[in-house]
Amino acid sequence: MNRRKLVGQFCESLCRGAAFLVLTVLFFILGFILMKGIGVINWTFLSAPPTDGMTKGGIFPAIFGTIALTFFMIVMALPLGVASAIYLNEYAGTGRAYRVIRAGINNLAGVPSIVFGLFGVGFFILFVGRQLDRVLQTGLLFGQPAMLWAGATLAVLVLPVIIVSTDEALKAVPQSMREAAYALGATRWQMIRRVVLPQSLPGILTGSILSISRGAGETAPVLFTGAAYFLPKLPVVKLWGTIPMVNPMEQFMQLAYHIFILSTQSTNVQLTRPLQYGTALVLLVLTFMLNLGGILLRARFRKQRRRG
Amino acid sequence: MNLPLLSLLPDTKIEARKLNYFYGSDQALFDVSLSIPDKQVTAIIGPSGCGKSTLIKSINRIGEISNEIRVEGDLLLDGQSVYTKGLNMVELRRRVGMVFQKPNPFPKTILENVLFGPKLHGISDRHRLEEIAEQSLQKAALWTEVKDKLQKSAIELSGGQQQRLCIARALAVDPEVLLMDEPCSALDPVGTARIEETIEFLKPLYCIVIVTHNMQQAARVSQRTAFFMNGKLIEYDETEKIFTNPSVNLTEDYITGRFG
Repeated sequence: MNRRKLVGQFCESLCRGAAFLVLTVLFFILGFILMKGIGVINWTFLSAPPTDGMTKGGIFPAIFGTIALTFFMIVMALPLGVASAIYLNEYAGTGRAYRVIRAGINNLAGVPSIVFGLFGVGFFILFVGRQLDRVLQTGLLFGQPAMLWAGATLAVLVLPVIIVSTDEALKAVPQSMREAAYALGATRWQMIRRVVLPQSLPGILTGSILSISRGAGETAPVLFTGAAYFLPKLPVVKLWGTIPMVNPMEQFMQLAYHIFILSTQSTNVQLTRPLQYGTALVLLVLTFMLNLGGILLRARFRKQRRRG
Repeated sequence: MNLPLLSLLPDTKIEARKLNYFYGSDQALFDVSLSIPDKQVTAIIGPSGCGKSTLIKSINRIGEISNEIRVEGDLLLDGQSVYTKGLNMVELRRRVGMVFQKPNPFPKTILENVLFGPKLHGISDRHRLEEIAEQSLQKAALWTEVKDKLQKSAIELSGGQQQRLCIARALAVDPEVLLMDEPCSALDPVGTARIEETIEFLKPLYCIVIVTHNMQQAARVSQRTAFFMNGKLIEYDETEKIFTNPSVNLTEDYITGRFG
């Protein structure tokens, strides 16, 4: 047989094999967790706090904490990330400063998450928090681990990824669209607002949601910045004594951290094994739901855009 | 009595005075001086890279949105410099509309495309907007084809229809000048013919400057033709004269197809 053809076939099967291997591993991990974890999942597990020294009961506080924390992270990271990407891509030009900043952001995306965790303690809690306490005379309110600081730390962690993916989505808008808008007398902001953003929104959302769902499952950054081993009650305050609201200055329980303590810090690791798998399954499902939401949102924007 | 004289000496709309145009350190235009008359079609021809696109992109200053540029000499619109410091670019680009080489409608509805400009400039009255949309689409000879599907996406139109939509979109902000940068180069012969008919119809209403690679097109649609080469204006005259009896040898060589 023709040698060129053989080489071609060999490379094709190599790629096919790699893709197959990845899918198999993924399938195996998910299937394993599903099989081991599905047994403990029931209403009590989802709605009750842990009892009997973490060996019984549920994980509701951790689910609550994870969702609330993710919310804080999104609120802080998304506007900041998208705005800085817009600045970099549409305003900053392509000079040396721009290239240095971009390289910096790309490198930041590769920093291990525990480093962000330590940064969170050093910067947000010990510096920002303690200074706030000093200036506002609040004793020790801001200068300790809390939902707010953990959310801020996670926001810093996902920021580079949001910026890079937003930047790519903005770059994907053809230059001819920008020219068309300018030629009609659009100001730069009008051009961004009415042409670039609508067209890049699906890409921005996809990238951001993927990075956010990664942040939602992180352990290391929240380890020292706000995650609690166990809390007897939810981090909720009543606003004006009536409206319940997540208290950003409280510590919280969180799913990924919960898995970590169940498997390393618990009084009886063997006994909590099923709970660990159950918790992992819940975390996976939550992340999956976030991603699914992203995909649906993107599909809707796509359809809307085609219609106009 | 005065009519023949008037048609010989039409009002100057755009005037380049010893215009030198640089991209970074590369000079694209050399000492270009010419007067473009109002309410006529002026064609700009020449081989690739001769500076034709640069010239028309210097008129609405769109050439500088993605390039570092420098200008010497001057370019006047109605006698006023387009390159004075602090010039209102929004107003300049409202007065000088542009149609690009490749049709570039926004991925929005047909109606949103046409009304993009007017809305930018703050027109919000519904009836006024409807009126503008219909008039602009009619001028671009697209109204009868799209009047029943204004809410459809512009992307679904054919290439030729998209280009006429881009013309309508440019006309909707009520410009005085219409710049066309090889508007037919991405179109088939039918689409090209429709655009040329449209230009014919728009001729008495606007100052039209069209860059074209197609010399028959220049001969068909324009009253005056400028021939450029290597960033220099070689010859500029009545179209008929350029194509029948050019005074510069280079022009003759080009239009008879000896190079280019």
